[in-house]
Amino acid sequence: MKRISTIVIGAGQAGLAMSHCLSARGITHVVIERGEVANSWRKERWDSLRLLTPNWQSRLPGFSWSGPDPNGFMSMPEVIRYFGDYAAASKAPVEASTNVLSVSAEGGGYRLSTDRGDWLCDNLVIATGACNIANVPAQASALPADIRQLTPFRYRGPGQLHEGGVLIVGASATGVQLADEIRAAGHDVTLAAGEHIRMPRHYRGRDIQWWMEMAGIHAAAVEDVDDVERARRVPSLQLVGSSERRFLDLNALRERGVEVVGRLAGIRDGRALFSGALANHSTLSDLKMNRLLAALDDWAERSGQPDLLPAERFDPTGISPAPRLSCDLSRGEIRTVIWATGFRPDYSWLHLPVFDAKGRLNHRGGHVAPGLYVLGLPFMRRRNSALIDGVGSDAQALADHIDRTRGRRAA
Amino acid sequence: MNIAVKTDNGVNTEALMGARGAFEQMPQAAAFTFRSACDWIQGTQNRNAINGYFGLGQEHARKQTFTIDSDHPEVFAAADKAPTPPEIVLAALASCLTGGLASVAQHRGIQLHSARAIVEGDIDVRGILGMDPDIRNGFSAIRVTFEIDADASREDIEALVAQSQKRSAVFDILTNPTSVAVAVA
Repeated sequence: MKRISTIVIGAGQAGLAMSHCLSARGITHVVIERGEVANSWRKERWDSLRLLTPNWQSRLPGFSWSGPDPNGFMSMPEVIRYFGDYAAASKAPVEASTNVLSVSAEGGGYRLSTDRGDWLCDNLVIATGACNIANVPAQASALPADIRQLTPFRYRGPGQLHEGGVLIVGASATGVQLADEIRAAGHDVTLAAGEHIRMPRHYRGRDIQWWMEMAGIHAAAVEDVDDVERARRVPSLQLVGSSERRFLDLNALRERGVEVVGRLAGIRDGRALFSGALANHSTLSDLKMNRLLAALDDWAERSGQPDLLPAERFDPTGISPAPRLSCDLSRGEIRTVIWATGFRPDYSWLHLPVFDAKGRLNHRGGHVAPGLYVLGLPFMRRRNSALIDGVGSDAQALADHIDRTRGRRAA
Repeated sequence: MNIAVKTDNGVNTEALMGARGAFEQMPQAAAFTFRSACDWIQGTQNRNAINGYFGLGQEHARKQTFTIDSDHPEVFAAADKAPTPPEIVLAALASCLTGGLASVAQHRGIQLHSARAIVEGDIDVRGILGMDPDIRNGFSAIRVTFEIDADASREDIEALVAQSQKRSAVFDILTNPTSVAVAVA
């Protein structure tokens, strides 16, 4: 049994940012990592994925992008290298290839059992991210056995797909990107779209992430929104990290031949049933986008931003006059279903009474329980808490708290 | 000069928001069961009696029983004493969206002066006559058009209409499948 002041679980952006902040405060710690630094970026991402935020917006405590293309979007090998460089620059004490089996309370602190021995610590920071498990709805079990099912974790690229049609369920960032590249590879693609957030990649000559940062939307705090639970559930923006600055909305996908249908509402008698609410979901999305663009225009005018192109409004989302409401799954038209239906964290190893009735981790701004912290969750303290660029300020705040309470809690 | 006038669409949104808080503490109280008892009268005419419902953990009886009659029009060789069931479904959709509209407007501080929903549903009756298995029994399409006079911009009114669909029980019932079990007692 080893004892240490603080343990961080996970060596992704959140864990590495926290490690940097702890080192800066002279707090002894280790970072426990199931694989290597940036493990989920190595193992759980498809080949063509690029970050949805531009390179310049990848600032971490004590580290930032210094490459040649600040407006580009990192590929996965570049992300892995970036975090590797950060870990090296921070001298992060990473214990790699160490699986956490269990966390429980012990002696006023926490006992961490791993497949490479146990630790006792005063403070524990959960930095395992929000995307450990791909959500697959229960209706997946009603799909015919000859249809192949994939989650985004197992999807690498169109080359691994059988010939034939692909049904992609979910039209957030993952769903629209996969629909686009699988359609481009020549497959018939049906995209089932429920509530979604339509967003131009580029607006008035600037990247949308520049706008969100400059207008203060990224930094909005939990106290600034009416209903933080709702804000935390907002689906990912329909964006792709692309130097061509492509606006990857449902209109663009339809133009490329993707059939857009309503949310997958059920599978009955071998038929996939799609919701008739596509028109309303599209209208809600258009209204939300236009509200945001109007707010950005207001901000630009108030703050006198120079060198912007004129304000612009985009055509409403077009939907087919009679979107298909069902699809016979026994006819061989659909050979693959991809569940782009979101992700959730895995806390199966966390044996503490810190969950709500729906199994979600209770926390207040990252504080879970005395000495127990979480980092990197959507809108944890600010709207960009789950982004590379946002995790740093949360890590600073929690590291400050660990520093202040040091010695006051008996191990 | 702006005079602050309190929005009054006659919807008690404070009570509804209070209910949200209560259901967060006691989710089982939010489980409601609604009912209708339908008696055959003559021909295609029948009458629904609607009174009791279950909710907030107990049975509720209303002060009065409501009735909804249904029949079929003369072109179907019926007595035309009441609307058809599909028309009642259209009416239910319009009522649900219109009630939702008033509630959302109240919550957003938007005063309604008038609101009317015109609902149309297209149906190919060869379906219910069993003439063509490719034609469904129900509506192939439903259209709702709102005429709204309110103290709000067109965009805010469109947002009210969109939100009323998002939170509508009947809109959900019509756009998503529901498991229906019918048995003989």
